[in-house]
This record gives sequence, structure tokens and C-alpha cells, in this order.
Amino acid sequence: MSRIVGIDLGTTNSLVAYMKDGKPTVIPGRTGRTMVPSVVAMTDNGLIVGDPAKEHLTRNPERTVYSVKRFMGKGLADVQNELAYFPYSLTEQGGVIRMKLGEKTYSPPQISAMILKELKQRAEASLGESITKAVITVPAYFNDSQRQATKDAGMIAGLDVLRIINEPTAASLAYGLQEKTQGTIAVYDLGGGTFDISILKLKNGIFEVLATNGDTHLGGDDLDRRIADRFIDEIRQAHQIDLGAYPDHMQTMRLEAERAKIALSDDRETTLAIELPQGKGRFTRHLTRDQLESLTVDIIERTLAPCRQALKDAGLTPAGIDEVVLVGGSTRMPLVRQLVQELFGKQPHCELNPDEVVALGAAVQADILSGGTTDMLLLDVTPLSLGIETMGGVMSSLIRRNTTIPASAKEMFTTYVDGQTGVDIHILQGERELVKDNRSLARFRLKVAPLPAGVPRIEVTFLIDANGILNVKASDMRTGQSQSIEVRPSYGLSDQEVERMIEDSFKFAADDVNARKLIEARLDAGALITTTDKSLGEGAHLIAQAEVEAIRRALSLLVTARDGNDPKTIRARMTDLEQAAKPLSVAMLNDSLKRSLQGKKVSEVR
Amino acid sequence: MDHHHHSHSTNPRELQMARSMCWHCQSEVAGEYFCERCVKVQPVSKETDYFTCLGFPRRLTIDSDKLEEKFYELSRAFHPDFYQNKSETERSISLGNAATLNTAYRTLRDPIRRAEYLLDLEAGAVKEIRTSPPADLFEEILELQETLEEYRSSDPSSQTGKQLRDKLLQEQQTLEQRQGAMETQLHNLFTDWDTLQDRGEATSQARTERDRLLKQMREILSNRTYVNNIVNDLVATIG
Repeated sequence: MSRIVGIDLGTTNSLVAYMKDGKPTVIPGRTGRTMVPSVVAMTDNGLIVGDPAKEHLTRNPERTVYSVKRFMGKGLADVQNELAYFPYSLTEQGGVIRMKLGEKTYSPPQISAMILKELKQRAEASLGESITKAVITVPAYFNDSQRQATKDAGMIAGLDVLRIINEPTAASLAYGLQEKTQGTIAVYDLGGGTFDISILKLKNGIFEVLATNGDTHLGGDDLDRRIADRFIDEIRQAHQIDLGAYPDHMQTMRLEAERAKIALSDDRETTLAIELPQGKGRFTRHLTRDQLESLTVDIIERTLAPCRQALKDAGLTPAGIDEVVLVGGSTRMPLVRQLVQELFGKQPHCELNPDEVVALGAAVQADILSGGTTDMLLLDVTPLSLGIETMGGVMSSLIRRNTTIPASAKEMFTTYVDGQTGVDIHILQGERELVKDNRSLARFRLKVAPLPAGVPRIEVTFLIDANGILNVKASDMRTGQSQSIEVRPSYGLSDQEVERMIEDSFKFAADDVNARKLIEARLDAGALITTTDKSLGEGAHLIAQAEVEAIRRALSLLVTARDGNDPKTIRARMTDLEQAAKPLSVAMLNDSLKRSLQGKKVSEVR
Repeated sequence: MDHHHHSHSTNPRELQMARSMCWHCQSEVAGEYFCERCVKVQPVSKETDYFTCLGFPRRLTIDSDKLEEKFYELSRAFHPDFYQNKSETERSISLGNAATLNTAYRTLRDPIRRAEYLLDLEAGAVKEIRTSPPADLFEEILELQETLEEYRSSDPSSQTGKQLRDKLLQEQQTLEQRQGAMETQLHNLFTDWDTLQDRGEATSQARTERDRLLKQMREILSNRTYVNNIVNDLVATIG
């Protein structure tokens, strides 16, 4: 079986890891950095991802995407109140957000796929083999649409996503492997854009999740925004400048806020500085850790209610938790650690790098799936209740939140009027009574043979698989025949659309490769033209006139090829030129050899 | 959405020990999870009840540590994680079995759900009994609902509000005592049921006793739901 890698597809950074001699290991890039910033830039020279793309955040803000994870599985209405923070234009099509970058429009799974491809290539370069299978992590509190969007991203990137696993549970695998812990642990995971709390019982290699809760819209991004907003206000008051009108300065401010926040985890104070637009000089501002904390404490406190709910759902009090584990870059903040410690009444663990622990856990899960690790098993839960719409706009729950997955529920449907040929079913996820307060997942129509009302009996099985993704099956109880159901996702790409994006991605990939080859060929051709010109100038007198003519002809053919678009032609003309110039280089070599020998005694040469 | 209702399995006892063939090598399997000949995983039959699924007798007292141990053991046998390299059929069986196992464990782990499930299984003679709360409890609940409404529409800081609150607090206490009493009663009934089952007598006296126990359990379980609901309402309103 080919190798399976583990991928942490994060809001701010992404990583890829694999199991190396029984030890999960993160794969670094050429520069040695393990994290790939989750940033994608469309430049004039093509698409770039990661560290080089990060530079375009301020240079090219309208065409550089960051924090795309916040858009996964979402419609435009879901992100209405944060549109102002994103410099590129957002639209919606078929319930899915689309981002317009330059000429082209992309869905969030397509952008995520570009990050995944970068990780895939990194793994392939490091391991020297083709990588086609992966485990990808998602926040535990991700709903079905967000999970499906992540799976779609994997497919578009050319990866067979064998399992979607929850980030806090992945972290617990990495910890469990290292420490062979037993007992009840709470994993507090505050990342760039999402917050999760999971409570697990660890016993003899079984990792049983008892309860999970969270907020898929709460993370380090919100802290950065709070800091940035504060200083944007100050700038407005002091300089009468609305930074919001300058996307590049907005990005600089956001990055500077992030930098200051990170610095204040180690230092007690720092200074923020940004150049103002319109040549209005430089804005600098001193910021202490205390100031940062009072500025952001309400955001961090929003993580406490989900923690209490998870404890309650697990039937536990803080005293029942043996260990608390911190995951995610935002848990480096001293205030976060302090609040967590106060809530659980114990010192949290952070031995493993909170940026890497999720990817390490994904690698462990990948190893379990490939049959390498056999003593560990993860029993996870579904974070949200699943139900269907019933009369009066009420949601009827079929699978409760915190139910161990895989989980299934069967429901019998019949008709209401004579001769009715279909039953419409609306699937929902959420904890509220009314349909409108829950998340619409999908709709489908059961086909029914026209019969008197109440006679048809169609059994529908709702099954949440080990990825936390819903599968629906229907079978006619009278005929025993199963029925294929075409589920229309409320906030997701259709199968055809994913299919098309996969094709596009191959095409883009081919285009990209071609573009790179062309650029390289032109560069090499340019170098050859220059050196040949120089050699002709210096040594044309050393060879026959016919040979000089041949070189000139080959040279001009190469110049023409270089201006074309075909790297193969350029390479061919380069070979021709090298061939034609051979007498010249041989003659010049002999000549220089001869000259270096002149004036020297024979004894010196020997 | 046009119409739907919950499905219930057909009488499980009839089909309990149904013998069938291994889907792979066609040799006979009698409820084993793995074919003895080709070692392929077998689908847990739709008719297998949750007690049988987890290998426990139909008793109302179950050692939770032993139940968990069995659940973990079967999870290791069925979980899709361990079928990644297997055939499509085996992967699909693993998924279905794991889902069934999870439902079985969730049902049996909780003593109340376990009892409700057993009542459904054993229904037979007591099936037709329609349980509504006994008149006195019904009366009490109605009155309490009225007081709750009154309290909700009153000003909590007023004299009337305070009086109503005191009254509700008192009611809550009484109801919580009642809850405690019901738990004890249930526990005793569970023990009686298990003892009767362990004796395994087939006399008409034993059958009468069996039906009496089932009926009593059903009544208390149903009353318990009413009381729990109103207590939750109370707690939500007066905190």
C-alpha cells in the first residue's frame, strides 16, 4: 500500500507529516521551515503559495487570499459582517462563496487545493515518491458542509482523502503516542480561525471522545482584527485617514497586529509601526501585554462557554479532567493559558509544539489506516445534531450531538395524498428547535410509486461515517429495492462541479509547468546568446568564414525561438547553436592555451 | 416534508438465531461476527438485538466496566479504520457494523435507555397499555404549569413574585424527592426482573410476575419523563 500522509490544513499555516520509523515527523520545505503559510497569490507570472505568496499580501492585496478556511462550506450571507476585512471581491454561486482574483473566479475548495498541492509536492520532493493519499484534519466543530468542502479540496488537489479527522483528536493521538497517557483529557485548541474543545477518555489505546464543542469562527484572526481596528481608529482620529480605503495598508496593519500579538507572548511590551498612505508619515504605537489582554479578553473568554458545555455533555466537572492539552498557535498567549488553567484548575500541557501537534496526529491516523499502528483506535463523535424538517418548520433530531461515529438512524417515510410521486426531505444540522435557526445541509426528493396515501413505505438510512460526513440511502420496503438519491447540498459544490474543478486543476497544472519551462528556457537561451555573441567578437578570426556564418544563422534562429512560446523549440535551437559554435569554442580554447604557453620555457610547461 | 414516523424493528426473538451463509465463502455462519472458514467479517443481522450484539444477557443490571470492555473489543473488530485495505464489501460491512455497535452501546450504557429498550423488546403482553400520567400526577403538573406561567408574567422583585418563587422552590423540592423515590423503585424493579430471569421458570406464575414487572417499569419510566420535564422547566425558570 502506498504511503498516506497527514495534513493539517490550517487557517493561517498548513503542514504535512508522515510516520518515519514509528515516529510522526513533519516534513520541512527547502528552507527548513515546517509551516506553509495558508496564503495563495495570483501573480502575473502565475500562481504562488506559502511564504513567497505572503509577500504579496501587501504588494498585491486584491489578488492574494489568506484565511480561506473561514469560507469553506459557507455562503456569502455567512460572512456578511466581515466582508470589509477581505480585499478581494466575493460573490456567491450555488450557495458557495466565489473569490474573484484577477480574471478568474475561484471557490474556497479550489484555493485550499492549491495549498494542499504545495504540501503534496513538498512531501513528494522530500520522500522521493508520488503521494496520492492523505488524512486531512478539520476543526472538530466543522459541520457537514465544511467537511465536504475539505474533502472536495483534497480531490481537486489530486489527493484521495482517506479520512477527515478532527484537529483536537489528532492532537490527542500525538500526545497519547508520546506519553502513553490513560485517563480523561481535555484538548483546548485555539487556532488562527477556529476554536475547539474536546474531552476524551484514553484507555488501553482507545481514544474515546466523550464530548466536543467549539466555535468555527473564533481564533487568532479575531484577536489581530481587534488590535488592528483599535489602531485604525486612532489613525483616523489623529490623521483623518481611513485606512480601510487602502487594502495594502490594511494588510500591513493586520500583519503588524499579528506580529505584535506574537511578540507579546514573550515580551511585556512592543512597538507597532506602519507607514501611512498619502505620505502622511509613520504611525508608531507602544503596546504592552496588559493593554493587549484588556483589549482581547472578551474574545478569549468566548472559549469558556463551549468548554463548560462540553464538560456538561461528557457528564463531568473540571475535577474529573486528568490532563489539559493546549493546541494551536493562539494558546501561546499567556492570557489564554491563564484562563484555561483557571477553568480546569490544573496546569495545561504544552510539551509538543502547538503548531505541529495536529499534523503529527494526522500522521499517526494515516499510519493506523495503512495498517502500521494497530494498537491505537480513535472513536470520535459528531459535533452537531442531525435532523430533518418536519411540519411547522420544526427540526426533528435523528442523531444527537456527541454520538459516536459511525452513527446511523433509520426513518420511515410515506405519502400524504393519493398518487403522490415524491417526498421532499430537508436535512439540517444544529441544536435549535426551529429549522430556520439551524444549518441547512441538503435537500433531496424520494421517488415514490403512485399509490394510495400511506401505502408506500420508504426507509431512509442516514449514516454519518467515520469522517463525520453524512451518507443517505433509501429503500422501498414493499419492493425491497434500493433507490439512488441525488442530494443537493445547500452550501456545497455539486459532484459535477468538483469533477470540472479537478479537470481544471490538471489543466492549470499543465499550464503552470509549461509556463515555468518557458521561463527557464528563455533565461538559458538568453545566457547562451550573450556568451556566443561575446565569443564571436573575440574569436571570429580564429575560424573559417563559413563557420562564422553558420553560428550567426543559428544565433538568429535562437533569438526568434526565444521570442516564441514553445520551450521545446527554444531548447532545440539552443542545441543547434551549441553544435554550430563548437569549432569556435575549440579554436578559442586552443588559442588561449597557446597564448598561455607562449613565453614559458618548455621545462615550465612539463 | 410530508409525513414521517419512527420505525420499529419486527419482533426480534423470532429471528434471533437465524442461520445464514457467509457472503464470501458460503459456509454456514450462526451469528458469529467472523466466518470460521474464511475469516471474513459478517454483517450484524438487522434482527440482532443490542444485548446479543454486545454479548450480554437481557438483564437490567449490567456491569458498566465489562460493557465498556466489550464495546472497545468489538470496536477494534469492526471499526472502518482497520478495513482501509479491504474489499469494498468488507468496508461497507465494517461501516454498518460499527454504526450498529455504537447504537447498541449507547443504548445499553444508560440504565434508563437500557430499560426502555428492553421494554420494547419484551413488549408482548404489555404492549397495548397506553400510559398517560396517573390522574393525581397529571393534576399536580397542570397546577404547577399554571403557577409557572403566573410567575413568568409577574415581576420577580414584587411581593407576589417572591411568594410564587417560594412556592415553586417548594414544589421543586417535593418533585426532586419524588424523582429520588422513583429511581429507587426502578432500581428494585430492575433487580426483581433480573432475579426472575435468572430463575428461568416457565410457569404461569412466573409469566404473571413478568408481566407485572414490565407494566410497573413502563409506568414509572413514563411518569419519570413527565416529572423530569417539569423539573427541567422549573430549573430553567427559577434557576
